[in-house]
Amino acid sequence: MRNAFIRGLTALAQEDERVVLLTGDLGFKIFDDFARRFPGRFVNVGVAEANMIGIAAGLALGGYRPFAYSIAPFVTLRCLEQIRNDVCYNRAPVTIVGVGGGYSYGPNGPTHHALEDIAVMRALPNMTVVCPGDPVEAELAVLATRFHPGAIYLRLGRAGDAVAHAGRPEFRIGRAITLRPGRDCALIATGAMLPVALATAEILAGKDVSCRVVSMHTVKPLDQALLRECCAEHELLFTLEEHSKIGGLGGAVAEWLAANFAPRRLHCFGAGDEFLHVSGRQSYLRETQGLTPGKIAEETLRLIRSLPARTSGASSSALRGER
Amino acid sequence: MIESARAVRRAVLKMAYAGRTPHVGSALSCVDLLVALYFAVLRLDPARPDDANRDRLILSKGHGCMALYAVLAERGFFPKSLLNEYAQDGGRLAEHPGPRCMPGVELATGSLGHGLSVGVGLAMAARLSRRQSRVFVLLSDGECNEGSVWEAAMFAPSQRLDNLVAIVDYNKWSAMGRTEVMLEPLAQKWRAFGWLTVEIDGHDLKAITDVLSFIPSEPGRPTAIIAHTVKGKGVSFMENNLEWHYRPPDEDDLEKALREIGCRRTGSVGDMGSEG
Repeated sequence: MRNAFIRGLTALAQEDERVVLLTGDLGFKIFDDFARRFPGRFVNVGVAEANMIGIAAGLALGGYRPFAYSIAPFVTLRCLEQIRNDVCYNRAPVTIVGVGGGYSYGPNGPTHHALEDIAVMRALPNMTVVCPGDPVEAELAVLATRFHPGAIYLRLGRAGDAVAHAGRPEFRIGRAITLRPGRDCALIATGAMLPVALATAEILAGKDVSCRVVSMHTVKPLDQALLRECCAEHELLFTLEEHSKIGGLGGAVAEWLAANFAPRRLHCFGAGDEFLHVSGRQSYLRETQGLTPGKIAEETLRLIRSLPARTSGASSSALRGER
Repeated sequence: MIESARAVRRAVLKMAYAGRTPHVGSALSCVDLLVALYFAVLRLDPARPDDANRDRLILSKGHGCMALYAVLAERGFFPKSLLNEYAQDGGRLAEHPGPRCMPGVELATGSLGHGLSVGVGLAMAARLSRRQSRVFVLLSDGECNEGSVWEAAMFAPSQRLDNLVAIVDYNKWSAMGRTEVMLEPLAQKWRAFGWLTVEIDGHDLKAITDVLSFIPSEPGRPTAIIAHTVKGKGVSFMENNLEWHYRPPDEDDLEKALREIGCRRTGSVGDMGSEG
């Protein structure tokens, strides 16, 4: 997603001369081309995230469209108050770019894992939270920022993220994308869990369970129309995210359900409320949290089969507990 | 300008009384700096507060905003009667300035250590778009304890932002005690970070105007002004007395304070519009 991001940003900067890229001393080599093409519009502000966000706010209030780039936990948590006050409160159209969502920087350890960023960014007024599901969405998300009037938190994976989309879908901030229709339940994913959701749906299809797969790339604001549609068609919703189960996509959907469709059941797949004291790559760490297609499929199946029988409805009765 | 400073002090005292708010001392210590800036230094037009080419002042010490509101009203950005809204339920003027809460208010502040970085960004934006506008950031001395101030202080000279000025309202007091213990040698610190640094008497309107009239003062270098000030300046019993960081003046205090700054109290206490 990192390369897709800079590809999108280069295209955007070509079109819109207000685009300025700031980095907190991260992104070795990947910004060289951007810096060469747009002199004066790329600045390494050094290892100082709070300063970077304040500068970004100043640039935005001075008429520019700055992108402030660093590793996700650094660019959200270290400088949280700058984001809240300078950017959100002052309505400065800054895009904060966090690379390394979830366990992307696995072996670097919990200091580099981003598992609370969505929850924290989502709680800020005037903030939009976008977590592209794959490199295709990442590039489209960058382009979509052009017509978005306010602040955005853009949460990327890292390098080598799996591709979920075959083509280029229509991408609009706040509008979820259904990648696969399904009858029995909805797997609603955000960020790099999107390909995992597709793989899970594939496994479940082999067990005669048909899952709708949704990319909820915008966690704030949620696509309420799509959630309504899911609730109308499915009794069980699943959220998938490489983020704490507290306050992320699962939390956002739970809040929405409680206020709108309380009878629907929701199960949230996400990271546990803990720091990991083992080392490991992203794939290993996902395994420890049950965030693999196999484990998600297993749990999904168990929950679908535990649903009480219903005389009518969209869900396939063959899959119910009485079978 | 002396008369303007007097009018602003009068408005500050009345606002603190009517709003029952603290931070009178902090506001009084930066009145002269703000009056000199708004009446003799800043290139701006109160009738066109959004002009892209305007100079900008950021009050990074947001808790001193009574002085900012009063100066803006005195300079004609908005009617003085609006000062009556200060700290009132439903009013537009809060105890820390909101975003563009009034014409002329450039940035919402209140938490310390934010203004200088934003000022750096604004100065960069001015340079990128080849505008002549300059950015002045007024900080408190206690604020210089914040690490983010020094992140910005370290960065600005590397960008050769000579259109940027940091002014430290050095009244020697923070919320719990004296600031010199941690800050000194303050001017040397700014110099060491690469700023053209000048120390002045922050209540000498002529000295402030003189030094700020030549910005950029050196090509490629931002300027730091260490303005030596007195917390509570102008009211003897508020000067250098930390109590007035917290206590709003009561009716008696107000009466005495207004007499000291050379104003008679006329009309209702909340009447900011009438002349003193």
